[in-house]
Amino acid sequence: MKIRIGTEASQSTDQVPDDWFNWKKKDKEEAESVARPSMSYWQDAWKRLIKNKLAMLGLIFLILLGFMAIFGPILSPYSVKIQDLPNQYQPPSSDHWFGTDSHGRDVFTRTWYGARISLFVGLMAALIDFTIGIVYGGISGYKGGRTDSILMRIIEILYGLPYLLVVILLLVVMGPSLTTIIVALTVTGWVGMARIVRGQVLQIKNYEFVLASKSFGTKTPRIIRKNLLPNTMGPIIVQLTLTVPSAIFAEAFLSFLGLGIQAPHASWGVMANDSLGAILSGNWWTLFFPAFFISFTMFAFNVLGDGLQDALDPKLRK
Amino acid sequence: MLRYILKRLLIMIVTIWIIVTLTFVLMISIPGSPFNSERGTNENVQANLEAHYNLDKPYHIQYLLYLKSIATFDFGPSIKQPGQTVNDLLGRGFPVSLELGLVTIIVAVISGIILGILAALKHNGILDYAAMSFAVLGISIPNFVLATLLIQELAVNWQIFPPATWSSPAHMVLPVIALATGPMAIIARLTRSTMLEVLTQDYIKMARAKGLSPWKIVVKHALRNALMPVITIMGTLLASILTGTFVIEKIFAIPGMGKYFVESINQRDYPVIMGTTVFYSTFLIFMLFLVDIAYGILDPRIKINKKGGE
Repeated sequence: MKIRIGTEASQSTDQVPDDWFNWKKKDKEEAESVARPSMSYWQDAWKRLIKNKLAMLGLIFLILLGFMAIFGPILSPYSVKIQDLPNQYQPPSSDHWFGTDSHGRDVFTRTWYGARISLFVGLMAALIDFTIGIVYGGISGYKGGRTDSILMRIIEILYGLPYLLVVILLLVVMGPSLTTIIVALTVTGWVGMARIVRGQVLQIKNYEFVLASKSFGTKTPRIIRKNLLPNTMGPIIVQLTLTVPSAIFAEAFLSFLGLGIQAPHASWGVMANDSLGAILSGNWWTLFFPAFFISFTMFAFNVLGDGLQDALDPKLRK
Repeated sequence: MLRYILKRLLIMIVTIWIIVTLTFVLMISIPGSPFNSERGTNENVQANLEAHYNLDKPYHIQYLLYLKSIATFDFGPSIKQPGQTVNDLLGRGFPVSLELGLVTIIVAVISGIILGILAALKHNGILDYAAMSFAVLGISIPNFVLATLLIQELAVNWQIFPPATWSSPAHMVLPVIALATGPMAIIARLTRSTMLEVLTQDYIKMARAKGLSPWKIVVKHALRNALMPVITIMGTLLASILTGTFVIEKIFAIPGMGKYFVESINQRDYPVIMGTTVFYSTFLIFMLFLVDIAYGILDPRIKINKKGGE
């Protein structure tokens, strides 16, 4: 068969003029080149995230918010704490862009100061959840067997504990402060992260590249660090973007119950709680700005999380 | 099935035990005696009081007595409201909170599912975008902000609904909207995404090929499978509605357990805080247990008879 085709082909070349064909020099670079630019997983995900307008809106808002949280209180001439009672309930004006509150304090300054506290609580809670969750879930998923089933039973029990009730209980006893809020939020908060990491590791540890790594004699911590974790990052990042707003929400909720940051410090929850009565007398700005920023931050993190979920899903990769 | 129920039951008991032990440890770690007031109590009186409440006994005896009283649903007295026990407060407040919670859950589940189905059926249509924008807003706006806005607009400016208290169905409207919007948004998003997935399945195409009307397909074939995830998150939603009642009852001055609970937090009335936490935790853990059982019964795909791990 093959020979016949070959002879036919050689016959047909006789009838075709030679100049139809060009000899190409062996070009190694060209031979190795790929038609489409090579993209790492992260570049690809970033490209898809940029196309998601809503998620980009969220990201830009969060970057601006971060910037204002750092520099806002410095740029403003007013203090967060010092009261100026004659100037209470000034409506927004060129002096006080967001107006003043019941103690004559500048709402603009306090809003950015509140952003500092809220973002700090959210990011710290996410960071601690992330660390504990990765270690716990990583060990549980990688070791498997008896270790896994014991660690999972513990998680199952902790998962049943009502999160906010435990947080309230801890705060009542430890006394409200920034540190105790973060501690209370993370005592049971890491459980969700540990579950996700464990599920991912359980799935990935059986893939060939992990086996190959093992057969080279790589030590376990290195396998977890170099092979498993980078490949579990997608769902973990999505979970992180959802942890931050839920921690911010929890902080606002606790401040509202009087268990949050204590006066004269400001957080969005404290500001909203303080101005509940004021809104009925028409001083809408004292509630509007903290409420707007809580809501928009939650919104930004949620749409960013949704966008990341789509962008980081390997199944959608082209 | 029985094995599965027993396993969940065991986990439930351990979880409740942890909560009870945690409250006990926290209670004894609070510095000072509950009878130390600023005016100073007579030493003999204080000793008698402590003896009356068994505070003079060693910790392990106190712990056993505490376990016993919890097991018999006796949560002890309130310190800040003389003559009142935690049970009195629960008896007065809990029915109101339960009513608020139940109405909220019913409203949230029904409207969330309907919204989710509509969005999925009109996928990428105007209705879909409207429903999902509404859902994202519902998730983003904290319930206390929503509650304040509702009072400001519907009660004060427009005077359609009464702004506070709890005495007629009209009084229920605003608190229920404020409390139900968040869970409703979560349910709507979840229903939409699972519904979209279910609608591409072969058996739905088959049903369509048979010539069934869209509504019949949704109600008879798609809805059942699309509802499973909603049942899974019911436990979490119940917890968030329950903690939400604390805030909503405070804002709307509803005489429920949440309001007493917040007051007890502000007054540092420890027995009430601890008692309510134990009561609410037990209630929630029991609800989670019921949700798990319901899930096990409804979803035939869960192999609950399988021995050992997952």
